[in-house]
Amino acid sequence: MIVSGRLFQRLRRVVLQAVPTVLGIVILNFFLLQFAPGDAADVMAAEAGSATVETMADLRSRFGLDLPVIHQLLNYLNNLAHFSLGYSPRYGMPVAELIGQRLPGTLVLMSASLLFALTIGVILGSLMAQFSGRLPDRVLSVGSLLFYSVPGFWIGLMLILLFSVKLGWLPSGGDSTIGSNLTGFAALADKSRYIVLPALSLSLYYLAIYARLTRAAMLEVKSQDYVRTARAKGVSPLRLVLRHILRNALIPITTLAGMHIGGMLGGAVVVETVFSWPGLGRLAFEAVMARDFSVLLGILLLSSFVVIIVNATVDLLQAWLDPRIGESR
Amino acid sequence: MTLTQSSIAPSGRLGASRTEETQAAAPEQAKDWPFLHAPDALTQSSVTVTKAGLRREVRIFLTNPNAIIGLVFLLTVIVVALAAPYLFPGDPLEMVARPFLWPGQNPVYPLGTDSMGRDVLAGIVHGARISLTVGIAATLIGLTIGVLVGSIAGYFGGIVDDVLVKLIEIFQTLPSFVLLVVLVAIAQPNVLTVTSAIGIITWPTVARLTRAEFRAIREKDYVLAARSLGYGHVRIVFREILPNALPPIIVTSSVMVAGAILMEAALSFMGLGDPNRVSWGSMIGAGRDVIRTAWYLTALPGLAIVFTVISLNLISDGLNDALNPRFSEERR
Repeated sequence: MIVSGRLFQRLRRVVLQAVPTVLGIVILNFFLLQFAPGDAADVMAAEAGSATVETMADLRSRFGLDLPVIHQLLNYLNNLAHFSLGYSPRYGMPVAELIGQRLPGTLVLMSASLLFALTIGVILGSLMAQFSGRLPDRVLSVGSLLFYSVPGFWIGLMLILLFSVKLGWLPSGGDSTIGSNLTGFAALADKSRYIVLPALSLSLYYLAIYARLTRAAMLEVKSQDYVRTARAKGVSPLRLVLRHILRNALIPITTLAGMHIGGMLGGAVVVETVFSWPGLGRLAFEAVMARDFSVLLGILLLSSFVVIIVNATVDLLQAWLDPRIGESR
Repeated sequence: MTLTQSSIAPSGRLGASRTEETQAAAPEQAKDWPFLHAPDALTQSSVTVTKAGLRREVRIFLTNPNAIIGLVFLLTVIVVALAAPYLFPGDPLEMVARPFLWPGQNPVYPLGTDSMGRDVLAGIVHGARISLTVGIAATLIGLTIGVLVGSIAGYFGGIVDDVLVKLIEIFQTLPSFVLLVVLVAIAQPNVLTVTSAIGIITWPTVARLTRAEFRAIREKDYVLAARSLGYGHVRIVFREILPNALPPIIVTSSVMVAGAILMEAALSFMGLGDPNRVSWGSMIGAGRDVIRTAWYLTALPGLAIVFTVISLNLISDGLNDALNPRFSEERR
């Protein structure tokens, strides 16, 4: 009962904090859209191939583009409240629907990368902390420095070169074999073959961060009194590392992983263009090439909302895991 | 903090001798109030002593082998970038030889030529200029905005702080690379817009850091002392707090240059770089289409990026060890 009450309070606070952020992002988005060259009428006229001054004026008044900026902002907010992000003439469908189609692809790619980066990063970081100062630590440190410094799109291309071009083990792009009509487990296996390379190239940078962070956090926790007490009590070394050291060292890492969602979304933009992965990033790239700003800003808006939702979830998760967190803020 | 405390004493002595000279003109006052020989804090500064205090950090930094490697790497890149117009005069975007010369095939073009017959080595050397310029300039923009916003928020607190923190939060919520793509796409890509856009998306990190430092430092005794001496806000912020808040900002700035170089590379790889300048990212983007037949066109510029970014990361690790003694002890 107490736990749920505490969580509910936390939830209320998180929502209250998110409201001004959402508003700020929406308003920023609106002004960016205002600065973008050409408006919806221009785009439609260009799509139609011919337009007179009168039809342009007609289009503008129909879409409210000739109103004062403040009215347009109110219209924009009103549209958003009805989940409408505008219409993309190029794709012939509403922007919200277009983004909705592509969002799952990006989320799958990001979850796979994050999972991989966290698992391997924490394992490598623990190894580094265990052997701190000795050869395994040195080798892994150099490795993490390398991964930390390599641009994701380039490592992606190098992976394609090695595993697709030279070895021919994995496909170089797309998300599933075209026209294969697989179902069930076979389809899943097919998809997982396609996700390996993009997920790997997106995750290496974060893997390096988590490895370094786990190492630092574990070394710090190791010198705490309760670890010495546990050791004096005769707790077995494995249990000491897993339950006493690693568990406490994980708290800052989960915080950081939540903060990396935005960065990963950005990284996905580039990686998706390398692997032609059908997600938001590739859509963003196509929108840039087509100068379709309503789609581009829709992506910016929705991906910010994804970040807010993930952050709120991480916040609640932590309040549930660690009772001290809710109290101290 | 220890830095400033130790620096007060010698400057005080220095000031005392000087005030004595001026006090000689008004002897009666000096007789009545001997303690007025104290230095006039409003005219004294402790800059010279701060420099001497930094010697220890410099020594730690220079005895760190990783930091030295990073420094040597970075100096190489800087020298290459500066020497580019002399090493390869002429436009690196011009066709000079038969296309698809492999590295080593023709000694005149040691790294070969690309699909348009352009010299790859010339491209990489000239690309260093763009990468470094954008990296450093964008970091300076980010630092300036970030330090200003962060110090105002941290120093004044209250409503100003609340509003600025919200602003920082908004910018940190927006996925930064997506925002970068949007900004550059709206403003038409060239060196100036790419640089400013990278500066605009990186300032919140600095602002957050500066704010945290300022909040901690503004409660220190020497800031209280400065305030009681009647210093103005500007002087307290820039002469008393900022120098002591600098170490973490310096460490971050080195990482920021690396990040800016990576972002510029990613942008030009996607075709959002300056179309009239050769850049490592755009070289990779062009080489990507022929990766099956001429993979060296993709690999070589990428190695240049990795080399530069590694050097900056090594330097930032070294700076972190030197400027953050607590952390360096734990690491060893």
